[in-house]
Parts: sequence; C-alpha cells; structure tokens
Amino acid sequence: MLRIVALAAISLVAQAGLCVGARAEVTISISCSSLGIEQQLCQSGSEAWAKETGNKVKLVSTPADANERLALYQTLLAAEAKDIDVFQIDVIWPAILASHLMDLNSIVSEQDRADHFKVLIDNDTVNGKLVAVPWFVDAGLLYYRKDLLEKYGKPVPATWSELSETAKTVMDGEAQAGNSVVQGYVWQGRAYEGLTCNALEWIASYGGGSIVDAEGEVTIDNPQAAQALDMAKSWIGTISPKGVLSYAEEESRGVFQSGNAVFMRNWPYAWALANAADSPVKGKVGVAVLPKGEGPDARNAAALGGQNLAVSRYSAHPDEAADLVRYLTSAQEQKRRAIEGSFNPTLRSLYTDADTVAANPFYKDFLPIMESAVARPSTVTGRRYNQVSSAFVRTVHGALSGQGTASAILVDLNKELERLGRNGRW
Amino acid sequence: MIRRRIGRLAFYLLVAGIIFYAVFPFYWAIVSSLKTGSSLFQVEFWPSNPTLVNYIALFQEQPFARNILNSLIVAVVATGISLFLALTAAYALGRIRFRGRASMLLVILSVSMFPQIAVLSGLFELIRALGLYDTLSGLVLSNLILTLPFVTWVLTTFMREMPRELEQAAIIDGASDWRILTRVFLPIMGPSMSAAGLLAFILAWNEFMFALTFTLSTEQRTVPVAIALISGATAYELPWGRIMAACVIVTVPLIVLVLVLQRYIISGLTAGAVKG
Amino acid sequence: MSAIHQSPARERMDFAPASASRGPGPTLERQRARVAWLFVTPMLVAVALVAAWPLGRTIAFSFTDAYLDDLDNWAVVGFVNYVALFQDPLWWRAVGTTAAFTIVSVGLETLLGLAIALTLNAHMPGRGLLRAAVLIPWAIPTVISAKMWGWMLHDLYGVVNAALLKLGLIDAPWAWLAEPKLAFAAVVAVDVWKATPFMTLLILAALQVLPREIYQAGKVDGASPIRMFLRVTLPLIRPALLVAIIFRGLDAMRVFDVIYVLTGNNPATTTMSVYARQQLVDFQDVGYGSAAATSLFLIVALATAIVITVGRVNVGGERR
Repeated sequence: MLRIVALAAISLVAQAGLCVGARAEVTISISCSSLGIEQQLCQSGSEAWAKETGNKVKLVSTPADANERLALYQTLLAAEAKDIDVFQIDVIWPAILASHLMDLNSIVSEQDRADHFKVLIDNDTVNGKLVAVPWFVDAGLLYYRKDLLEKYGKPVPATWSELSETAKTVMDGEAQAGNSVVQGYVWQGRAYEGLTCNALEWIASYGGGSIVDAEGEVTIDNPQAAQALDMAKSWIGTISPKGVLSYAEEESRGVFQSGNAVFMRNWPYAWALANAADSPVKGKVGVAVLPKGEGPDARNAAALGGQNLAVSRYSAHPDEAADLVRYLTSAQEQKRRAIEGSFNPTLRSLYTDADTVAANPFYKDFLPIMESAVARPSTVTGRRYNQVSSAFVRTVHGALSGQGTASAILVDLNKELERLGRNGRW
Repeated sequence: MIRRRIGRLAFYLLVAGIIFYAVFPFYWAIVSSLKTGSSLFQVEFWPSNPTLVNYIALFQEQPFARNILNSLIVAVVATGISLFLALTAAYALGRIRFRGRASMLLVILSVSMFPQIAVLSGLFELIRALGLYDTLSGLVLSNLILTLPFVTWVLTTFMREMPRELEQAAIIDGASDWRILTRVFLPIMGPSMSAAGLLAFILAWNEFMFALTFTLSTEQRTVPVAIALISGATAYELPWGRIMAACVIVTVPLIVLVLVLQRYIISGLTAGAVKG
Repeated sequence: MSAIHQSPARERMDFAPASASRGPGPTLERQRARVAWLFVTPMLVAVALVAAWPLGRTIAFSFTDAYLDDLDNWAVVGFVNYVALFQDPLWWRAVGTTAAFTIVSVGLETLLGLAIALTLNAHMPGRGLLRAAVLIPWAIPTVISAKMWGWMLHDLYGVVNAALLKLGLIDAPWAWLAEPKLAFAAVVAVDVWKATPFMTLLILAALQVLPREIYQAGKVDGASPIRMFLRVTLPLIRPALLVAIIFRGLDAMRVFDVIYVLTGNNPATTTMSVYARQQLVDFQDVGYGSAAATSLFLIVALATAIVITVGRVNVGGERR
C-alpha cells in the first residue's frame, strides 16, 4: 500500500517537474499574403516552423492592394498594436516603416548575407539596421509573342527602337491580314506606383539615373531622362493604345493574354498565367530582359520588386517572431517556394540549383536580369519616398498625356524633389 | 385614343429604359460570375460555358456565410439604434419649439462634413480604448457616425411636414410626449422610416474603411472586407469571377429586404390617413 | 393651419393664464421644451461619443507637425500647414475638381431621381419589383461597383466600347479612363449611376406622403401634369428634396472610392478627399493631412451654408 502511494507521489512530482521544465507555447501572428498559392505556401511554411519549434502560428489576412495594406500596417504600428508580429512588407516600405521594426541583423548568417542579392540587402538596411529580410524578388520583364516574331522574321529586340520598329511591323502586318485589334506594346501607365517602375526602367535604360542617387542627390533633370520620356510618349497612339495611361498590371495582362498584343512589360507572375491551360497564348510566349536605350550609358534596366519579412518592435514575442522570419527566408524554404509556386528566390545560389531551374527554366536568364535590377530610391528618401514617387508619377503621367514637354517638366520636378529632400538631407 | 396609347407606350419605354440603366451592370456581374479564367477578358452577353465554380469556391475558401451574418448583425443593429435615437430626437426637433434647435441640427450635420479618412485614426484609438477592437460592437458604434446624422435629418424633415392638428388633440387630452410619438406619429412615419432605414442599412452593410481597420480576424470580418480579401492566384490577379459571384450573393438579400419593406410602406400610408 | 382655440376649462396643464387666441400657453411650451431636451439627449450623446474625439483630434493635429511613423513626438506649429496648403496649386485644383464633380453629379442625380421617383409613384403592376430593381446600384458596395465599371470601361475589352463600336456610334475605342476629360465624365457617370437610387428613394417617400386630394383638385382644375408638378408637387416635396440634395452633396464633396479605384492618383480627377488621404496615408504627414481634411470640412460647411440659405431650408422649423 505504502509503495503504491510512494510510486504515485513520485510520478506526480516527476510530471510536475516535466511541466515546469517544458517551454511555454507561443502564438506568432503573421501577415503574409491572403491570395491563393501564396497563402498556401506561407501557411505550410509557417506551420512547418511551428511544428519544429513547438509553437503556434496564426495567419492574418490583409488586403492585397499595396496601398490599403500599408495603410492598415501603419494604423496598427502607430497604435503599437501587438496583434501582428511578423509583417510581409513591399520592397519600397522598409524606410517608411523603419521606426517600428526590429533590427534583424543577428538572424541572417554571414553566408546567407553574401548570397542574398546585394541590391536587396542594401534596400532593406536603414541607418545600419536590417529592418527586413528579403523573401522573394520580382523584376520587370519583357514578354513577347514567339509566334508573331517568327511569322514576321524578327528577332527579340535588344533596344527600344528595335522594339518600336518590330511592334509597328507586326501591327501593320496583322492589320492588313484583317486583325486590327492587335496592339504593339502594352505596359502600366496609370498614375500609380506601377508607372514609377515603368518610367524608372525607361530612364535607367538610357543611363538617366534613378531619380535620386544613393547619396541623396536629385538626378532626374538630365537629357537622357528627357529622351526616355519622349520615346515613351511617341508610343502612345502608335504602338500602344491610348488607354495604356489607365492600365495597371491586370489590364495590360488582359490585352496580352487574349492575344491582342505583341509585347508586354509585366512582372514574373504573368508567366504562369499566360501558360495556363485556358490561356489563348499558351506556349506562344517568351520572356526576355527589357531593351536598352541609346547612348554611351545605355544599359538593361529592370525595376526591382518583391517582398520582405519584418518583425514589429511591439511584438510580445520578438525572439520567436525573428526565428520564424529566419526559417521562412532560409535557403531551404525559398527553394521549396520556388519549385512549388515560382516565387523567385533572393539567394543567388538558388538560380543555379538543378531542381529550381528544372521547375522554372527561365531562371538561367533571370540572374543577369536581377544583376541589372534598379531599385527605386525608397531607402535613401526614407519616409518621403511616397511623396517622391507621387511627384514623379504626376510629372511623367502629365508628360505622357501631352501636358508639357519632357525637358521642361523635368526641370520643375527636379526643383520640387530638391525642396522635398531639403537639398539632400531627406 | 391613340394619344393615350402612345402615352402608355412612351411610359413603358421609359420604365424599360430605367430598368436597363439600373440593372445592366448587375446583369453583367451575373454573367461574369459564371465565367472563369481567360474567358473573363472576352465580351459576350451570355457565357459560352457557364459554371458555378465561383459560387462554390466562395464559400469554401473563406467563411463567407459567417461574414454575411456579421454584416447582417452590424447593419441591423446600427440601423435599429439609429432609427430609434433619430426618431425620438426628430420628434423633439420637429414638433417642439425650443432654444438651440437649429444649432443642434447644424452641429449634427457638421459631423457628416468630415471625410471618413480623417476620423479613421481617432475612431481607431477610441475603439481600442473601449476594448472594442476586432468586435462587431466596435463596428456598430463606428457606423453610427455615418448613419445617425443622416437619419436624424430625414426623420426631422418628414416629422416637421406633418400637420399641426395631429398632436393638438393629443396634447389637449393630456397625453405625454412619448405617447404622442408612439401613438400618433409612428404609424404614419412609415415611408420616411423605411426610406431612411433602408438607406442607412445599405450604408452600414457596404461600409468598408472602418470594417477593414477595426477588425482583424476572418471570423469578425464583414462582407465588403471579405470580398476585398478574396483569393486570386497572385497579388496582381483580380479574381474577377469570384468577386462578381460575391457581389451577386450580397445584393440579393438587399433586394429581398426592399420587397419586404414595400408592403410596410403601403400599409403605413393607409394607417393614418392625413388630411390636407 | 392655425392653432386650435382652447377653452379655459381645458387648461389643466397651464399654471398661468393663457390668452384665449393662442394655443397651448407659453408654460406648456417651456415644459415641452424640457421634455424635448430629454428626447434629444440620447441621440446627442451617441453622436458626441463617436464623433467628438476623432474630429477634435483631427483638428488638433492640423496645428502640429506630426508624422505617422512617430506619432508621440510632435510640436505645435500653428498655421504653417494651412499656409502651405493654400499655396499648393494641386490643392486648389482638387478643390476645383471637387466642385465641378459635385455640381454636375448631384445635379444629374436630382433630375434623374425626380424623373424615376415620379415614374415609380404611378400605379403599375410589379411596382415593388421595379423599386427593388432601381435600388440595385446603391446596394452594391462602392468598391465593387467602381471596379465593375472599370472593367466595363476598359478601352479594349470593355463592354461599353464593344457596344458603342457595334452600334456604330464611335469608330475607334475610346480611352475612357485615360484621357482627362473622358476620365472626369466616366467618374461622374459611375457616381450618378450609383447614387441616383438614394435620391429616388427619398423623393419617392416624400411623394408618397402627399395627400391624394391635391391631385384630384388639380385634375378638376384641368391643370397640365407639368403645371401640377411645378406648382403643386415640387413645393410640397421641397423640404425632403433639399435634405436629399444636401446629404448627396456632402457625399459628393467627400467622394473617394469611385475616383481612386477608377483613376488612381490622376491629377485630372483628384478630389479634396483623395488629396487629403494621400497626405495622411501615403505620405504619412498627419499634420498636413489633417489640415487638408479640416479645410475640406470648412469648404463643405461653407457650401452647405450657401445651399441652406439659397434654398431657404427651414432649419429652425419656424411655423410658416
């Protein structure tokens, strides 16, 4: 009898000891995408981490629209809310949200730091703090109709003037054959952030800089930039429909995917959709780097896009949240996302990995495109980036719709940006 | 005779024109909701391969039924509270002469002059301070800022237009103001209460900005937010078919509500015949 | 509509002698005034609860240099934000666009609303269903209907251009949302489509409380329908009509969703509300954005005051 009681007592104490020794389970809230495959991958990745570390993960859905998402983030962070621990943030937001975010320098290993694209790490570093870790990357691409180029015996254009000529030839040829709906080149010309990307690509491809350089000096007023804008203006009404000034990504994709355009500028996401089972242009689409401009400084330039992961300074569990970020941005997880969802990794080594290339053949061409990617000046302009982008878009959109010559408006824009940046101090 | 016939014909043509103008986009929404994928980019007046996949996916991919319930609760409660508070206030503002009446009305009106974005963060702080963040009560409270001023003004205006005689008899009989309100005025306020109530209901039902900012978990979200968060394959792809299906589902109860209220409006008219 | 003559024997509630020719005496009015405050207080408390803090905070912030990323550190800067605002040509352009938008769309909505309400007021089979159909544009959430119209107005695969081309009314697709003038027209058209039911419903309610006798009297007099409408109906529904116009006007002056979804931050269609939101949210400039919002409020208040004065809206409700 006494032995039974003793045994019971010992096992009770032992269990209590186990309970005390066990780590408390923590729930981390993450706001990543709420859309389709992106959400599924985020969920499966986070849950794998949760299982590994014995914690719990909760996915919070936030709007897909970038502006609405930023507004929501800002409202929550300004109120120092603990509701979301890990935030997925756009590539242009690190400097805007920097004061609310934790320094993540310690969770990125030296090896990974060297492997991440430098342009992304620089983009995410604000005043020495690494406020976000790159998660996946996007760059502007030139989509073209392989079949139409073959039909008219034209190569993939290497410069913008070649693109114009080819587009015109194909458009005229198709019109003569009775198909006058075909447009030459569709892109994003609406007055929003997408136009900043498009216009930056034109200007940088002529060697006209990136609006504000890395030291904070405003460089937009130069002849190459004016040349680039004049060129874009010449497209409207000739190879691009007038409505292009109201197109965002989806509108231009709609035109291209229904077979009514020769060339399109868009992000990598359109590739999978163009080759979907019900797409009229399935199998007829090719992807290339965006053309160069003219002149000695001409280069290929693709605008940098993508998403990063950041941890809120107000999180109740900063260590666990940072660990989740470490896991999700690790090579193993990025590789899985590349294979299963075509999310372009931010680690250089994964572009030469046999498995990822097998799943995404255009990765071999993607590396040089990434090396030539141009980041928008969000980090150097800090909290004023949205104002810079807005002024830039307003000016460009105005020039494209015929309100003023490019060189004249660039002078005004330069002045405005200098005033905004308090002469380089930002 | 012929003139009458032409008159009738013209009248019915007018009616048909009105219906077309109001309903065509909704019809277009129905057509789009029965399509998927690339066929959405083609213009056709009836889908070549109609499919219900959007409707099914809508309920599978998120707790849409729950979202509809949330919207219903918020809209009904906010409208109910607004109608009640506005009716009592309208009685005083419309039938009783007292100092400060005009200024009060103007102050209430001025609440509706601020853009919604300006009150957003202040209201956010208020909601958090009251501990109502991520609850339906928080949404009901914030919708009041939109519905109360408008419903008050409408009911006050209609109340004022009622003839003086109505309450004189009741006052002479020594009835309290509450009795006067409920026995004399309430029965004949049918049309205005239905109109204001319906418009307020729709306002609360479709309210987006507050609902997006003051709730975070999927179970607490209302319909407009749920629709905005509907999955497409990627951040840029608009899941157009799904959105249109949601739009159709969400509009149908409102139409039903209107049909139900129709009978009430007519009965309200015959209840307290107003002499000119 | 004169006051009922009261006999002295019935002055139970009067504690002071009332003159025989007036109705309920002044003391009764005073008592009722106290009751009135009781009736009004719940509504006032509700409004004060939800509106006082947010509005007060906005106005207070407009005098500071607060930024959204650092909301605890701000300094009072007086009228600096307002001065900067009034020197910004983009702000004045937004004011002009808002004014044009409001006048045109509310004007169209009123006319259409009147026409449709008068039509729906007539007896006809399926009246209920018709009213439900007419309400549909208002019933669809704004964000969705704006996106829907954006889709329909697409220059290459939108149904509007497809129909116009087929009917031969235009020979090449029009870029509805790209060209400045067309964009403005498109935005107005969508808003009118959406908001006309609001006017229709309120005007219809007003029409339905009109006593039938006036129409009979009119018929006896042999007045034409137009005359009837202008001389009899319109003045009688004027109060409700003006309230509808005021509230539609308030909404139009603060319009955001339709403009933003259809045309983004296109300067040709930027309204005051879009401008204020851009400053507050996109640029995080809480001080300047609050000044813009407060200025919007002041301009709207001014416009409303003008409408109330010119329309002789009876805010005080004095007996006519």
